[in-house]
Amino acid sequence: MSAADRIARALFGFYMVAFFLYLFAPLAIMGIATFNTTRFPTVTPWRGTTLQWFDALWSDGGMWQSLWTSFFVAFFVVITVLPIGTAAALVLTSLHARARSFMYAVMVSPLLTPGVVIGIATLVLWRQLGVGGGVFLIVVAQASFIICYVMLMITARLQRFDPTQEEAALGLGASKFMVFRRVLLPFLKPALIAAGFLAVLQSIENYNTTLFVRGFDTPLTVYIATKVRTGLTPAVNALALIMIAITVFGAIAYEIARRRGAARMATD
Amino acid sequence: MSHSVELDHVGVTFGTTRAVDDVSFTVEGGEFFSILGPSGCGKTTLLRVIAGFLNPTEGRILIGEKDMTPLGPNQRPTAMIFQSLALFPLMPVWENIAFGLEARGVSKAERRMKADELLKLIALDGYGDRMPGELSGGQRQRVAIARALAVEPQVLLLDEPLSALDLKLRQHMRAELRALQKRTGVTFIYITHDQSEALAMSDRVAVMSAGVVQQVGAPRELYDNPATPFVATFVGETNALSCTVKGIDNGIATVETAHGTLTGRAGDGLSGGAAAKLYVRPEALKPKGGVNRLAATIERIDFEGAFALAHGVAEDGTPLVASIASTELATAPAIGEKSGFGFESANAVVLPDV
Amino acid sequence: MSELYRRFGGGLGTVFLALVGVWLAGMVLAPNVMMIDYALRPNLPPSQIGGPNDVYSLDNILYLANEGVHRAIFFKTVWASALVAFVTFLVCYPMAFWLAQHATVNQTAVVLLALTIPFWINEVLRTLAWYILLAFRGPLNAFLLSLGIIDEPVRWYGDGGVLAGMTYAYILFMLFPIYNAIESLDKSQIEAARDLGASTWRIHWRVVIPHAKAGIATGCVFTFMLAAGSYVAPALLGAPGSRWFTEIIYNWFFEGGDWNRGAAYALVLLVLCLAVVLVTLRIARVSLTEVAK
Repeated sequence: MSAADRIARALFGFYMVAFFLYLFAPLAIMGIATFNTTRFPTVTPWRGTTLQWFDALWSDGGMWQSLWTSFFVAFFVVITVLPIGTAAALVLTSLHARARSFMYAVMVSPLLTPGVVIGIATLVLWRQLGVGGGVFLIVVAQASFIICYVMLMITARLQRFDPTQEEAALGLGASKFMVFRRVLLPFLKPALIAAGFLAVLQSIENYNTTLFVRGFDTPLTVYIATKVRTGLTPAVNALALIMIAITVFGAIAYEIARRRGAARMATD
Repeated sequence: MSHSVELDHVGVTFGTTRAVDDVSFTVEGGEFFSILGPSGCGKTTLLRVIAGFLNPTEGRILIGEKDMTPLGPNQRPTAMIFQSLALFPLMPVWENIAFGLEARGVSKAERRMKADELLKLIALDGYGDRMPGELSGGQRQRVAIARALAVEPQVLLLDEPLSALDLKLRQHMRAELRALQKRTGVTFIYITHDQSEALAMSDRVAVMSAGVVQQVGAPRELYDNPATPFVATFVGETNALSCTVKGIDNGIATVETAHGTLTGRAGDGLSGGAAAKLYVRPEALKPKGGVNRLAATIERIDFEGAFALAHGVAEDGTPLVASIASTELATAPAIGEKSGFGFESANAVVLPDV
Repeated sequence: MSELYRRFGGGLGTVFLALVGVWLAGMVLAPNVMMIDYALRPNLPPSQIGGPNDVYSLDNILYLANEGVHRAIFFKTVWASALVAFVTFLVCYPMAFWLAQHATVNQTAVVLLALTIPFWINEVLRTLAWYILLAFRGPLNAFLLSLGIIDEPVRWYGDGGVLAGMTYAYILFMLFPIYNAIESLDKSQIEAARDLGASTWRIHWRVVIPHAKAGIATGCVFTFMLAAGSYVAPALLGAPGSRWFTEIIYNWFFEGGDWNRGAAYALVLLVLCLAVVLVTLRIARVSLTEVAK
């Protein structure tokens, strides 16, 4: 190995370390700062180890209220996006090549629109209809682009569907609705469940769009952002730590379930 | 008695391709009817038209003398078994079988009972709660058949159902299907490219090529009296000798070939002076005897078990195949030897060259 | 369309079409049309709406062009977003290359999983993490001071902080497209280039990057768009001198009370993003369908 190669290898090693440090250090510090007694979250100086901030979080009524609002919104988002996203995927597969490319571009366009623009456009339209910001508008605005994700996931699942099953069902005398209900829908179920989870996550963590359409309602992300501006204490860190923990466990559980499901489906 | 199926001048055009051209024949009620032809000849297209998955460009389908044109596949008294079987992977076996009954609004208890009955019929008693993915190929085959029979169709349509099975299983299933058809009396329309399968199982066969039905008849009829060169060469093995027709007398044609003057039964549309081919099967060629004599130098003898095929070359270079029973191999000609073969006029057919 | 009805029947087919119609017309098209409408109309009290003053004009957009501060902020946002895209690219490229060409399957799986963890976390919380890290009396300054790299604590909030925080947020959006693109590169091409004596730099410049240009274009476009439309990071990590365009838009709505101006500014932002998408795709000669996630 030449000297140049050795330098290159050392540089790359340094890069890798720096990269992962860059990725995880902020989160680690945010997590550790939860246990520091200082009012402003930090790890320097360390004034004492405590769990008081978890208490502060637990007794924070505003936080619970915003959590409830977020789940409330997420629920309605899910029941909106799953039917519409599935319909979009089915309509798309029924089109022939040129129309399909065009409609695909149209259906994906919300994903290319900045979140603030989606929020503003929704706000402005409904003001004309006499409806102000609030939960309803949050659901509508979020759904407009979350439907795209659902559509993409259902479309991917549809690629693997064997259309002769529908023919077989028809040949046995089933009505077209029965074919949909008993053959296609059960096939789509795994994708629907995954899309549902994704929709919930996307809804809860959305900020840019929600900011403009929230009216007087305060979902969790808005609550956190306001807290950071006006009254930042490590209680917010505690919330962050809990959310990180839930997400990491959720990700691991999802991965395990996915691997098991994939192994099972491979035997079909 | 199950319904008959009549195809009345059915034609199907896809864009610029003529997949099916002016097909007319009638399948009798209770018959085991096969449509035989090579890949791409249009037989699957025809089956899908009968089932209702495809609308013919021209013509009508009549089942039980009723015009099926306005009816969709879920309204016709047919049931289809697909090449890929298309079992529903997310339903247990009994729900698969009872699916057609579910479509008719039959109660769950009754459906379960009927499914269990059919499971007994196909010798899969007790398999009701298994999933299709857990079954072997042959078992899935039988479930597909049970599923189709559950709706008590007038006509069962089978699209090359045995092509994915290995030889022994295929032979076993052939016998089973035949027995099943006789027992239930349902009209079977069976698609295959395997001519020995079609000949062994069917009451009658329609031979198809490039969208056109060449001939419809009992297996024996097709074998002994092919109506067109395609049928003569596709069904079974044959020798085709180019010739010119010298004369036709009492149904026997006299032709001039490279082997000299020969005689054979005259086919339809044969006229004096026309270019034609004389078709004689390998098993009709005997070393001794026969009004017509041929000569060929033996190049190789392929042992096939019950018989051997002697491949030879005539003086003018055209190939010749003769079949020798394995019990007579001792007296067979040697390789390199110039040997003579004879056949009776009744065993040869002369058809116009197309 | 007829295929839809053929497959699902009249009732179900109509339901599907209706749902899609409600979405595309009501939740995508109508809002955007209304936004354009607002953008082109003046801000009038309810009594004057529909009256003689209610005319379409480009006034609101021209206001942006003429207002020095806003104009400066707009261009600053564009420039900074491009910078974020560039920096993120530099940060992600080596990792993407290593993952695609050198890492084993297990290493790749582990690294990809590790990479996704920060992104399962809400962007507000992620930005908060940086807010804490970059604080004047915070860990980063303490660390650098202890190493002797700096003599005094640095005010990280501002351009530097925003850059660091945004690059952090968009790593995944840049990494995945580039990783996918490089993965399809036949390893033997690189070996052939090396065999011919090309330096590492030249190999990347002439072999790898041209092959991966679709992925790079996708990553850069998405990063730019997300950066330009970002709200939390500039608001939290910025200093008064590094205000972001989105903040001005927000102010027009909720502090300035001129929704029409706000809509106009939002429209400008949208047009900017679309223009960047189209231009970059054209330059890299990539079609829209290749960009699908």
